[in-house]
Amino acid sequence: MLQVGLQHFLIVSSILFALGIYGIVTRKNAIMVLMGIELMLNSANINFVAFARYGNFGLHGQIYALFVIILAAAEAAIALAIVLNLYKTFAKINVDEVNNLKE
Amino acid sequence: MGLYDIIFYLFALVTVSSAVVVVSAKNIIYSAFSLLFTLFGVAGMYVLLGSDFIAIVQLMVYVGGILILLIFGVMLTNKVTNVEIKSGSIQLLPALIGVVVLAVLLIMLMTNTNWHIQPGVIPQTTTKELGKLLLTDYVLVFELLGILLLIALVGAASIARREE
Repeated sequence: MLQVGLQHFLIVSSILFALGIYGIVTRKNAIMVLMGIELMLNSANINFVAFARYGNFGLHGQIYALFVIILAAAEAAIALAIVLNLYKTFAKINVDEVNNLKE
Repeated sequence: MGLYDIIFYLFALVTVSSAVVVVSAKNIIYSAFSLLFTLFGVAGMYVLLGSDFIAIVQLMVYVGGILILLIFGVMLTNKVTNVEIKSGSIQLLPALIGVVVLAVLLIMLMTNTNWHIQPGVIPQTTTKELGKLLLTDYVLVFELLGILLLIALVGAASIARREE
C-alpha cells in the first residue's frame, strides 16, 4: 500500500475536489469562491494526467489537461472582470449580500 | 519505499495541507499565498506522472497568471491600507459534514474500483509529441481554444472597463 500507484493520485485529487467544494460553499468572498473552483479544476487535471500515465492512453490525457488549464485561465479572467464590475456597482463582493443584477 | 514514493508523499502533504489553509484561512491574502503552494504541489505531481510540459504550463499559467490575477482582484476590491483583509464564512457545520461524506465516498470509490492498470512507456520528453498531437488530431480544438481566449480577453476588458 505504501508503493505509490494510480490510487494514491486519485485519493489526493478526491481530497482536493472535496476541499474545493467546501471553499465554494462556505466562503462569502467571491474571489475565495474562485479559488475553490481552481482547486476543483486542479483535481480534475490530476485525474486526467494520472489516467493517461497508468491507463496507456499515450498523451491524449495530457492534451485534455492542457485544455482544462487554458479554460481555467479564460474563466479566471472573465470572473475577475465580473467581480471588479460588481465592486464598482455595489462596493461589496460578498456573494450572500449581492442579490440584485442591477442597482 | 523508494525515493519516488517519498517525493510523492512530500508533494501530497504540501498540496493537501496548503489546500486546507486555502479554504479555511480568515485572511484572503493567506489563502492566495497558500494556493501558490497547492499549485506547486500539483505541478510536482505532474512531474511524477511523467508529464513535464503540463507541469511547466501549470507553473506558467497558474502561478504566473491566474494567481497574480486573483491577488490583483483581492487588492482592487479591498482597502489595501486595511491590513486585515477578512472574509467571512457561512454554514460551516453542514458544509463540513457534507464535504466529509463526499470525500469518504469518493475515496472509497477510487480505492475499491478495480482499475485496469496498464502502464505504457514513459517518453523522455513529451513536448514534441504534444505539439504533434495538437496540430494533427486536435487541431480544431486548438483553433477553437485560440478564438475562445481572444473572446475572453476582449470580453474581460470590456466588462471591467464599462463606462457609466
